[in-house]
Amino acid sequence: MKVRILVSFKDSVLDPQGQTVKNALHTLGYRSVKEARQGKVFELELDKISEEEARKLVPEIAHKVLANPIIEKYTWQIIQDE
Amino acid sequence: MKFGVVMFPGSNCDRDTFHVLKDVIGRDTVFLWHKDHDLQGVDVVVLPGGFSYGDYLRSGAIARFSPLMQEVRAFARRGGHVLGICNGFQILLELGLLPGAMLRNKDLKFLCQFVHVRIENDRTDFTRAGKKGQILRIPIAHFDGNYYAPDKVIEDIRRNEQIVFRYCNADGKVTEEANVNGSMDGIAGLMNARGNVMGLMPHPERASEALLGSEDGQVIFRSLIEAIERKGRKAR
Repeated sequence: MKVRILVSFKDSVLDPQGQTVKNALHTLGYRSVKEARQGKVFELELDKISEEEARKLVPEIAHKVLANPIIEKYTWQIIQDE
Repeated sequence: MKFGVVMFPGSNCDRDTFHVLKDVIGRDTVFLWHKDHDLQGVDVVVLPGGFSYGDYLRSGAIARFSPLMQEVRAFARRGGHVLGICNGFQILLELGLLPGAMLRNKDLKFLCQFVHVRIENDRTDFTRAGKKGQILRIPIAHFDGNYYAPDKVIEDIRRNEQIVFRYCNADGKVTEEANVNGSMDGIAGLMNARGNVMGLMPHPERASEALLGSEDGQVIFRSLIEAIERKGRKAR
């Protein structure tokens, strides 16, 4: 099973890199871009695991390692079944 | 008394720190390897600057899981003194021994320059050899030194007087301009509520010899010596 985890800054945390991207897009004339946030993508391949087990394991890994819960949030999804 | 300097893959201030503690300050100092479990009876654990594990994932995020850091966590819980410099500060935040987190510097630049910091609290084991309001000239060298914590946490650390150093200008004024990395409340150094764990972004080991332009960093190491040798017993 393959899962994809998206880690990004919490809304309450300033994201200077996202802001720089937004400013660059404005400079290029993309005025309709109202906000830009930058994050990280992780893809994990899980061996011999049920969906139920994955639903327990992935949030644990995301919370403990992939994201720093003080400044970051995450979402995840299964992108490929066994 | 005995200092221990932790070596992670990617640490690059470990030898400078060792040299200052052993040759300049003149105290017994050993290296501690990140894969070991033995703290070798040290009184102070120093987490040096550098890029542990290449700063992969987040600065300090991988180092915190190393075997030795589990011992350091237990050592800190027993009241042992832990000093985190730069990357060491980042590791202490990731480990949860200090509150908050580091964001990228406000201008998205790696900053490598001398800065001024002001001693905000001189009743700590890390600053007792100095004076409140004293201005230290010490270099910084980091990408992720923009200190962040939720407002509630900032309130707590202010109330508990856990802010040890703030960025300031040469006159000792805390200004937005002097706060080069954009840290909340201008925080350059922070300790835990118990007062035995401190992290700071400036590098005191790079400012401990006149030949290198400043000896101001010595005050931190001398404070620790004063605190521990006066107590005359080990924390462990």
